[in-house]
Amino acid sequence: MVAVNSPLATTLSNDEVLRYSRHLIMPEVGMAGQQKLKAARVLCIGAGGLGSPLALYLAAAGVGTLGLVDFDVVDLTNLQRQIIHTVEDVGRPKLDSAHEKLTAINPFVNVRKFETKLTSGNALDLFRDFDIIADGTDNFPTRYLVNDACVLSGKPNVYASIFRFEGQASVFATEGGPCYRCLYPEPPPPGLVPSCAEGGVLGILPGLLGVIQATEVIKLILGSGESLIGRLLLVDALGMRFRELKLRKNPECPVCGVNPTVRELIDYNQFCGIRGEEAPVTASVPEIQPVELKARLDRGDNIFILDVREPHEYQICNLGGHLIPLGDLPARMNELDSSREIVAHCRSGVRSAKAVTLLRQAGFAKVKNLAGGILAWADKVDPTVPKY
Amino acid sequence: MKVLIPTPLRQYTGKQASVEVSAHTVGEMLSDLTSQFPDLRQQLFSDDGKLRRFVNVYVNDEDIRYLENGNTPLKESDTVSIVPSVAGGEDNGRSQ
Repeated sequence: MVAVNSPLATTLSNDEVLRYSRHLIMPEVGMAGQQKLKAARVLCIGAGGLGSPLALYLAAAGVGTLGLVDFDVVDLTNLQRQIIHTVEDVGRPKLDSAHEKLTAINPFVNVRKFETKLTSGNALDLFRDFDIIADGTDNFPTRYLVNDACVLSGKPNVYASIFRFEGQASVFATEGGPCYRCLYPEPPPPGLVPSCAEGGVLGILPGLLGVIQATEVIKLILGSGESLIGRLLLVDALGMRFRELKLRKNPECPVCGVNPTVRELIDYNQFCGIRGEEAPVTASVPEIQPVELKARLDRGDNIFILDVREPHEYQICNLGGHLIPLGDLPARMNELDSSREIVAHCRSGVRSAKAVTLLRQAGFAKVKNLAGGILAWADKVDPTVPKY
Repeated sequence: MKVLIPTPLRQYTGKQASVEVSAHTVGEMLSDLTSQFPDLRQQLFSDDGKLRRFVNVYVNDEDIRYLENGNTPLKESDTVSIVPSVAGGEDNGRSQ
């Protein structure tokens, strides 16, 4: 069991004793446990879907110092799951919004805000003042960065990830325990695995997994219970099934193995195959701007609109195009006339750029991508089209 | 035996969450699975025919890398899980 090094003995005021009374009367926490919580310093990476319940419960539980790393602003699409933020916070930095809520719940918590992207350059410095790291960003570059920085600095990494209605959670990088690279030595190449922005996520799922992360953090601090160290918890919210798989420390692990080859932080964007600043896939295909398409349709030009989104997206809004989801396109090209001018669109223009590439390779010379997708159409041509 | 298919890979298995396969080893199970669903092959295997490094296979709760990899024997009562790494957040480092 991992015991967090509490640097100073802490005492509780009478107000705090009353606030934490339901903890104090439990033998598993008690006064000693509550003092450990107060002395603990936990760094949460990201104040989003996982970070919201994670930080809220850690604050409520009386974790003394809560660090938050985030550089994003609250957006209306966040509110379906990022429960620390409200309608009034849309447009505000997530850090400021989160800080207010956490302090409103528990003014005894020292919230430390770091308005920055976590990078190889700042991670070890940021981690230095904390005992436990919990990653709520759920993207590969940050996940490998957090993992390696936790191994190098000897701090536990409380992990969770979510997709649609399934999640994973574990605790990595404890002394003698496996790290994330023991489980997955390398990330998938970009594009092979969809993100929540593309694949969607059930709003309550980050709630479930973020609370599991919070639970693991609290147990590490208290030094009690059975931690998820060495176990990968799989959560299926749709079937409401929890399963667990065994995790082992890999002696050949490149970062925590017997002969590590990763001895300092690396370039994680490069490691994850992500090119520096956005080199969008859309750049290489012929495009048409929404305004131009509108003008040409109004003129009566014979243009075939191909919608490559999914049927459930078509139900949200559409331009009356012919629907062939990108995944079905290779098998359904026979529905298209290569002599006609075709404009392909999706939500934001990325999938349709792939469709244009596929079609051009198949000999469709007169196919173009609608720049910015139906979102840009809503912005520039028809504001009655809902954006999603 | 039953092979549990994770959400991101169900688009390659006709949306099925689990697939019945008959095989004596993990290797046989994977080749049966990818012959039933050829589009899965590229997701599970790299060009050199090795299982991709971000895809793990478990027999019951044990990782085949700590059993006998492809030679791991299978019984009819076993449950096989394919567990790829997942990341729902955006790649720009913003919070999910």
